[in-house]
Amino acid sequence: MIKINNLYKSYQHKKHSIKVLDNVSLEVKRGEVFGIIGKSGAGKSTLLKCLNLLEQPDSGNINIDGLDLTSLTKSELRQARQQIGVIFQHFNLLNSKTIFDNVALPLKLQGNLTSSQIKQTVDEMLSLVGLSQLATKYPQSLSGGQKQRVGIARALVTKPKLLLSDEATSALDPETTNEILELLLQINQKLAITIVLITHELEVVRKICDKVAVIDGGKIIEQGNAFDILLHPKQSLTRKLIIEEETEKYLEQVKTFYQFEKTASRHIILLSFVGETTYQPILNTIAQEAKANFSILRGELGRIKHMPFGQLLIEFNGDEQSLALACQVMQRMQVHYEIIS
Amino acid sequence: MSLALINDLMTNIDWSEINQASVDTLFMLGIAVLFSTLIGIPVGLILFLTNRGGLLANKWIYSILSLVVNILRSIPFIILLIIMIPTTTMLVGTSLGAKGTIPPLVVGAFPFFARLVENSLQEIDKGIFQMAESCGAKIWQIVYYILLPELLPSLIASITVTAIALVSYTAMAGTVGGGGLGDLAIRYGYQRFQTDVMLITVGLMVILVQLIQIIGDSLVKWIRKR
Repeated sequence: MIKINNLYKSYQHKKHSIKVLDNVSLEVKRGEVFGIIGKSGAGKSTLLKCLNLLEQPDSGNINIDGLDLTSLTKSELRQARQQIGVIFQHFNLLNSKTIFDNVALPLKLQGNLTSSQIKQTVDEMLSLVGLSQLATKYPQSLSGGQKQRVGIARALVTKPKLLLSDEATSALDPETTNEILELLLQINQKLAITIVLITHELEVVRKICDKVAVIDGGKIIEQGNAFDILLHPKQSLTRKLIIEEETEKYLEQVKTFYQFEKTASRHIILLSFVGETTYQPILNTIAQEAKANFSILRGELGRIKHMPFGQLLIEFNGDEQSLALACQVMQRMQVHYEIIS
Repeated sequence: MSLALINDLMTNIDWSEINQASVDTLFMLGIAVLFSTLIGIPVGLILFLTNRGGLLANKWIYSILSLVVNILRSIPFIILLIIMIPTTTMLVGTSLGAKGTIPPLVVGAFPFFARLVENSLQEIDKGIFQMAESCGAKIWQIVYYILLPELLPSLIASITVTAIALVSYTAMAGTVGGGGLGDLAIRYGYQRFQTDVMLITVGLMVILVQLIQIIGDSLVKWIRKR
């Protein structure tokens, strides 16, 4: 669906040139929810704007559905943009127009539909986002979540194949964020639309993304399946960004603590597991087969998208031999493990 | 009884002349506001669009237009009235009376109005433009479907301010043979020391300004409330 190859972009600031995108390549498959996560200033916003060429890259290709955006003429680009919906952090609704007219705007800009066709499509979209009742209201009278629903309806009204989301939930409270994320997932499944989103919130990635790319300093430092990256990130920068801050702090504490009391028979292990494994008696099996005992120091169970997962930090009491046995068990049960000390 | 007293005090008042002058002032004001708006909106739009970072950013067009607007705005209106006499005569056939006052009024007011339009456009959230471009909108579509509707409340506020500035401009035009209430105030009130005429004409202009402000404010309020 989307293929980006070797994208470079830099801004001229006075006499310095600042690299915003540094050799970015990624691929998004049809129907995926693809998250780009990074701190502010990491280049994610610029990357997203490159996807509909609101930002012109210095070099590299952006291929969407077999169409190389960088090679298009102005009017071809306008048409391509009509096939890409965008939702924004601050909604960007027109205060002078009703909800209905806001949603109808992209269709009016296309200029080839009759007003009854427009009305039909807009009504359809408003009912999809659950706002049919508010069609004649103006944006000022809406809550943040409702405004974003209008934004989503407007982005979808041209029946695009691709939806870009620019921090769409960052201005919303946690509860509303959940509602909007649910809606995005629904749309992704119902309309088979590909979604590329940028965010700095881990929650967003955890709730709806299939794939994740981590961007820092204009470079993609890691990309892959959401649960791989969320549960066992490889790069230290990703770890910092992704592993829960508290877990990370805890790990640090544990490490210093055990430096003093380190014995051959005590090990700290971080276990992560996803899917079916989550429901199996992992710890019990390990204890029985390795003939060792353990205590749980910290743990988290939850879901990434719809996949259940667990991550446990345990203190394992047993000699080298039983540790080796335990490792075998974990491998067999498809538990990802990391021996911390 | 009190009415009779007032009539005694105002011996110099010729009500039919006051009537005619009021009609003239309203006529000048109406036409001048109309043309200042019609010229000022496109000029303000071009200033905004060609400015740095604008959708049609063009250093040369912006600088030249901006210079012209600044020059027109820096000429005192009384001087503008005089230097425009040949142009005015050419355009409307006379430089006298209500008709002859309209061209300098428009030239005096549209640059001011254009700057007001430019400033209001700068207040529009930049995200709106990003949205419009993402939808594949053409420049004229952005202007017609987005900028003008979003601008409407502040446009009306700007028209109100401009109209009020024009009320005092019409009065000034009285000094060089223009028509209307200002003309009356100067010819009778000032030159013939007829204080009563002065009072009545100034009073009428105060009422006029009040009316324009009230109508403008309530229009803006009504649009914003929708």
